[in-house]
Amino acid sequence: MEKGGFSPVGLRVLVVDDDPTWLKILEKMLKKCSYEVTTCGLAREALRLLRERKDGYDIVISDVNMPDMDGFKLLEHVGLELDLPVIMMSVDGETSRVMKGVQHGACDYLLKPIRMKELKIIWQHVLRKKLQEVRDIEGCGYEGGTDWITRYDEAHFLGGGEDVSFCKKRKDFDFEKKLLLQDESDPSSSSSKKARVVWSFELHQKFVNAVNQIGCDHKAGPKKILDLMNVPWLTRENVASHLQKYRLYLSRLEKEKELKCYSGGVKSIDSSPKDAEVNSGHQSPGKSSFVFSGGIFQKATETDPKPLASASLSDPNTDVIMPPKTKKTRIGFDPPISSPAFDSLLPWNDVPEVLESKPVLYENSFLQQQPLPSQSSYVANSAPAIMEEEMKPPYETPVGGSSVNIDEFLMPQDKIPTVTIQDLDPSALSSMKLQEFSSNVTNNTEAILRSWELPESNHSASLDTDLDLSWLQGERFLANTGLQFQDYSSSPSFLSELPPHLWYGNERLPDPDEYSFMVDQGLFIS
Amino acid sequence: MNTIVVGQLQRQFQDYIVSLYQQGYLDNQFTELRKLQDEGSPDFVAEVVSLFFDDCAKHFYEFYYRIRERPDHVDFKQVDSGVHQLKGSSSSVGARRVKNVCIAFKECCDVQNREGCLRCLQQVDYEYKMLKTKLQDLFNLEQQILQAGGTIPQVSMN
Repeated sequence: MEKGGFSPVGLRVLVVDDDPTWLKILEKMLKKCSYEVTTCGLAREALRLLRERKDGYDIVISDVNMPDMDGFKLLEHVGLELDLPVIMMSVDGETSRVMKGVQHGACDYLLKPIRMKELKIIWQHVLRKKLQEVRDIEGCGYEGGTDWITRYDEAHFLGGGEDVSFCKKRKDFDFEKKLLLQDESDPSSSSSKKARVVWSFELHQKFVNAVNQIGCDHKAGPKKILDLMNVPWLTRENVASHLQKYRLYLSRLEKEKELKCYSGGVKSIDSSPKDAEVNSGHQSPGKSSFVFSGGIFQKATETDPKPLASASLSDPNTDVIMPPKTKKTRIGFDPPISSPAFDSLLPWNDVPEVLESKPVLYENSFLQQQPLPSQSSYVANSAPAIMEEEMKPPYETPVGGSSVNIDEFLMPQDKIPTVTIQDLDPSALSSMKLQEFSSNVTNNTEAILRSWELPESNHSASLDTDLDLSWLQGERFLANTGLQFQDYSSSPSFLSELPPHLWYGNERLPDPDEYSFMVDQGLFIS
Repeated sequence: MNTIVVGQLQRQFQDYIVSLYQQGYLDNQFTELRKLQDEGSPDFVAEVVSLFFDDCAKHFYEFYYRIRERPDHVDFKQVDSGVHQLKGSSSSVGARRVKNVCIAFKECCDVQNREGCLRCLQQVDYEYKMLKTKLQDLFNLEQQILQAGGTIPQVSMN
């Protein structure tokens, strides 16, 4: 599609919606627009597809309410990791929701029922983004970087009503089109199909350090940051676009902090049995929210024998690691907590010192982050900045009164050989094969399970059993490395029969899926 | 092809579908759905509608479980989430009455009115059954027209 220019025909669209009816309709409509359509019923599956083929899609259309992950969170991930335009959809057109979409970086927000004419023009978002990239490379967007930043900040703080990525006026389109159509053999010209930079944990850390060094975000321009980062292959354009997202993310955090952790993402996690059926038509059944989170780390291509987190850290190509703040002391590491975590948000001043040596922290928290509905759904999963919070216990006000001890995090990791639950075979999982597993982890799990107060004891008994099983099963796959994370369900089927409200976030119980996953990772600390 | 028969059937079809719109069973989205149907997917509308009804059944099952079987532990948030989804999918096929009940249903969830929720559930179940019956009749008429050698009229509602 990139040959010599841009064409709406054959635009590669990824549609994400848990409603099978809508998925079918949208697919039909998009095909009628001559687009190339891929459908997906789960957010994590969507992320997997996107990560598998980094340049495989041009635009993502996603519903706001997804069962395994909040649509806004997905939006953030796609924006931060992949830099693709994302259109949000919902049957709910409430202004606050729309605003949230824009704030999270959506390039459009469509109300259902969606009309053909709305879909016919989505290619414009793709073109706009490409032109923006070209502009970035050419540096014209940042000449007078202050102006850009000021405009961005203005637009954002005035309510985020403007999509700040559209810095170009229409009349400049022709000029930009020419840039886009430049001869790609010209070495000095920018290719509209440049490789996307993947912001690894380390890279982002350098970025954050540089930003903090500069001090005031209003003066932190991409060029300064780039100079401070001292990463030879990074361009100012890369930094600039990352900076934009970073700001978006921080602003959102600030806002949520103010809102005292009321989460709008409660509805996004529907753990009803219907999900499994709904999803079966589109991807492997499963509701494990962690799947996607795991995927962020598991992109690793090397067979690094080091513990999972280390492996992903040391690989510069790893996806951005989004360490969320978690403070679930009961479990032993941090679940995503909104207000206590946000209270300690000091993005510009804190530079995590121990980050490099404690990679696993992020994984855990990240994983656990996902499905807690009563907490903010938007915490950190999408923002590397949160790492700073994680790392500074004094700033954290965890629920239980003690923040996650990083050492605790590392302990199980050290004990358990490895790594990533990657490439898990769903059928194998569902067959629940028992595997050898280190006993201390088992004990940890059981201890934690016992400490839970499940209203129905009969359920809890089976919960133990099944979680153990899935846990053990997960262990089997821990040895797999170097493969792209695949979505799988580690959640024992019976869990779906357990009335969701019993284990749903309100009681501060993690989602069983993520719980199993946490267990799988051997990251449970009793 | 018996043109008289076909003509009669087509008129019957037209009147029937118009009545469905007028009685509020269907709205404009259904018209859009019909426009999407083409030679490549001649049963598109029926397939989509079928998906929708399946989805309804699943949701109802969950609602009944949550509201009726567990009167002391009604998780209104979960129910609300399900109703929201049902509202979304009803909007996909143009099931207007179902959607309207969903709106009322959501309000009951908001105020945690279990009795109200139960009533809404019963009503939405009723509307679903009614719509299912009516659409089945409509599809039957379509089949008859096709079998008689005719084409299905495109009905535009203003």
